[in-house]
Formats: sequence, structure tokens, C-alpha cells
Amino acid sequence: MQRDIEIAELRRLTQYIDDNFDYDFKNYAMSSFTRRVRRVIELYKFTSVEALIKKFKNNPSFFQEFVSEITVNVTEMFRDPTFWSSLRDEIIPDVIKEHRKISIWHAGCSSGEEVISMCILLKELDCLESATIVATDIDQSIINKAKKASFSAKNMELNKQNYERYGGKNDFLSYFVEDEGFFYIKPELIERVSFRVQDLVKGNPFSKFDLILCRNVMIYFNQTLQNEVLKKLHGSLFKYGNLAIGSKESLIWCDIANKFVVVNNEEKIYKKIKD
Amino acid sequence: MNSSFFHNKYKGIVIGGSAGSFKPITKLLADLPKDFPIPIFLCLHRLKHVRHGFIEALSIKSSKPILEPLDKEIVRPGMVYLAPANYHLCIELGNTMSLSTEGLVNNSRPAIDLTFKSAAYVYKEKLIGILFSGANKDGALGMKAIKDKGGVTIIQDPEESMMNTMPLSAKQVTEIDFCLEAEKITNFLLDLYKAYQK
Ligand SMILES: C[S@@+](CC[C@H](N)C(=O)[O-])C[C@H]1O[C@@H](n2cnc3c(N)ncnc32)[C@H](O)[C@@H]1O
Repeated sequence: MQRDIEIAELRRLTQYIDDNFDYDFKNYAMSSFTRRVRRVIELYKFTSVEALIKKFKNNPSFFQEFVSEITVNVTEMFRDPTFWSSLRDEIIPDVIKEHRKISIWHAGCSSGEEVISMCILLKELDCLESATIVATDIDQSIINKAKKASFSAKNMELNKQNYERYGGKNDFLSYFVEDEGFFYIKPELIERVSFRVQDLVKGNPFSKFDLILCRNVMIYFNQTLQNEVLKKLHGSLFKYGNLAIGSKESLIWCDIANKFVVVNNEEKIYKKIKD
Repeated sequence: MNSSFFHNKYKGIVIGGSAGSFKPITKLLADLPKDFPIPIFLCLHRLKHVRHGFIEALSIKSSKPILEPLDKEIVRPGMVYLAPANYHLCIELGNTMSLSTEGLVNNSRPAIDLTFKSAAYVYKEKLIGILFSGANKDGALGMKAIKDKGGVTIIQDPEESMMNTMPLSAKQVTEIDFCLEAEKITNFLLDLYKAYQK
């Protein structure tokens, strides 16, 4: 498809999806969402947005595939190493000292790299046993992948570098078992993690946490949706719980920014101070 | 030079560059007046895991402050924005910028094509695209998008560019309004500045 996708076409698409599949992409950020739709159209050789909608009509099960393609799953272990060291040195020890346990939610966990980083961090702090971890994503197939927790050798190079920048104290690869070019995380490391499909847009708060990581997820939403989702994240935190967003995101523009204080501005870690 | 280019209706300037572009771009930023009014978006290929240092190096000589925008930050007149390491920078309708971690485009993140295309979509004929030296093709299709929407396209003269693949690739896929040496690009913007003083 050569020409631009028009806003009216996008509206028809997102409305159709909302009416028929109960997912709401209307308030995803325009430029990246349009690119993702275009990508699907090119990948499957549809001729237009209409043709894509027709495909949904004829074959509703195609929708899950669409969700997988439309979402951006790029992730790394120990992405932004200094973020992880501030969790290790400041945030998590504080929670443990206060409550002797910690509940963590990875919202938009993608293929699980962030969750694995967390488990390794907790293990090295000797408090993995004190943690309950929930990891969610909108995309069923990426959650299946996260559960499998196998990583290609190609990606492990970067993961290992990040771990070293973070100041990890062990042989990184010792946390994995290698098999035919893939690295599997040792099962005991992630046995406390519950992986689930959950939609931040349509879903409601389901529990309360001491720490929520929602990194590089809300950048795909427009400001209206960022506001809505932030309210849900706020509602899912205990008072004085911590929220971490991506290193290039901000809460400043959100309605309820005043219910948080900045704990670490560089690493974008906030604390809920008001209900 | 055709005077029809020198008006005060521009909403943005996007600048792309890779290998060999750092020097001419720092020079350009140093020579622009502090109150140059049009927002500038820089998309330069840079090391993925070096979060700091780059912006400081760019800023040393710059007359204007340079910012790495946060996601959904509002575009303000007269600012210089630099695409952060490891994120694509896009311009959104409604005068904001957004960031994305979508896969590499032309082997790059940030990719010049994405910044340019999104800016072309939003600013249309009120956009100037400038492509400097570089050793790959990133930016060429972005320049085409700018031209197709009626914007102005400028490349650094391939003769002068340390690496000429980038400006040449743009020239192959679209019409280039001006092919200029770096210093002349600065002069172009200074003439434009005058149009805004009136
Ligand atoms: C770029 S990844 C971020 C992964 C990880 N948090 C990181 O920072 O490396 C964004 C993830 O958000 C998920 N996502 C997008 N929309 C969502 C929604 N409405 N609810 C839950 N997850 C969503 C995508 O499926 C994708 O896996």
C-alpha cells in the first residue's frame, strides 16, 4: 500500500475491533500505531485497511495474530543498567526492610526479559523467597514466550553486557542452561512468577503491589490513555508503593501526578503518596 | 536563491546525519542565533548504550540549549530536540513528540526516516528537511516524504560530505531543493531567521 493511511480508516478499524473483540486501540499514539497497522497490511499483503477489516470478519481468530503484530515487543534484560542498580541499592532493600516481603507487578512484560532481570536481582539480594511477582501483557503469544523463558544466543550477548554494566556479581550465564543455541532460565529462578494475559486499557486493578514496573508501554498510548492507565496503576499500588516507568517517560503531564513524588528522576521511579 | 523559500511559516526543521555529520552539525548549532524561532529536531546515529555525553558534546558550542525530549513532551518554538539513544523520535499531531522502541529501521534506532516521515505528515509544506554526511541510506525515504508533502529538502553537498552515501541516496529517490556546503546551509537558515524578524 503506497498511500498514507487516513485517520478515518484507522477510526473504522479501531471501532470494528472495539465492537467485535473488546480491545480498545483508539487512544494508542498515532504515529507508531499507524506504522504498526501499515506493517501488518504489508506483511499479509492486504490492499487496504478495509481488506484487513474484512479478514477479521471472515476469520476472527486472525485477531490474536494481529495483536501480536501490532504490539512492540522489543526488550532487553537489565535494560538501562543504572535503573536496575537503583532498584537493587535503594528501592527494594527499603521495601524489604519495612515489610519483610515484596509484591511486584510487571505491566507489559513482553517476552519476560525484565522479569528475569528482577528474579536475578532478587536472588542476588537473597530475597527471591520474599517476593511474589505477577507479569502481564496484552499479547497471549508473547506471554507464552515469556513462560518458556528461552533466549537466543544472539540476544544473550547484549543481556550479558547490560548485566555487567549493572554490576552483577556472578557469572551471568550460570543462571541459564544452554541447549542448541538457546539459553533457558533455570526454572527455580522464575517459579514464583505468575504470567498472565491482562489488558491495561480494558482491564481493572486486580491486586495491590509494593512495586510496579510499567516501562516503555505507555509510550505507545496518547496522553488521554496515559492518564487513564496511570489511574489504574495508582489504584494498584499500596500507599508508599513505587512505580517505575521508562527512562524517557514522565508523569509530569498526567492529571494525578500530584499523587506521586519523584524518588529518582534520572531512572523515573515514583512513589505513591496519596490515595 | 529563489526567495519564495524565505517566509516565516515554517513549523519545524528536521536534521539527520550519521558518520561525518557531527562536526558540521555542531558548527551549525553554534552559528545559529540564540533566538532562532523554528524548533529543530535532530536525529543522529549514535551509540546505543551511551546514554550520556553525546548531548553534552553537541551542546558545548551550541548557542541554544539542546534537549532529549521525554515521551509526549510538547514542542516549543526555538528549541533543539535530539532523538535519545535507542529510541525512535516521532512528531505527533497536536504538537507533541513521541518515542518508540520499535525495531531497528535501516539498522538504526533512532532512525532518521521515522523522524522525517512523521514530521512530514504533521508539518507538511511547513517543514524543512536537512540531511548531512552519513554512510548509509537512512533518511532518503524520509526526505522523499518531506518533498511529497510539499516541504523543503536540503542535502549537504556530497562533494563536501565526509561520507556521501546518505545525501546521495536522498538525491536518488527524490527532488532536492538545495545541495549546499555546510556553511551555506547555515547561511540559508540565517536568511530564514531574517524573514522571521520582519
Ligand atoms: C516495548 S515492550 C516493553 C517491555 C519491557 N517492559 C521493557 O521495558 O523492556 C511493550 C509491551 O507492552 C505491551 N502492551 C501494549 N499494550 C498493552 C496493553 N493495553 N495492556 C498490556 N500490555 C500492553 C506490548 O504487548 C509489549 O509487550
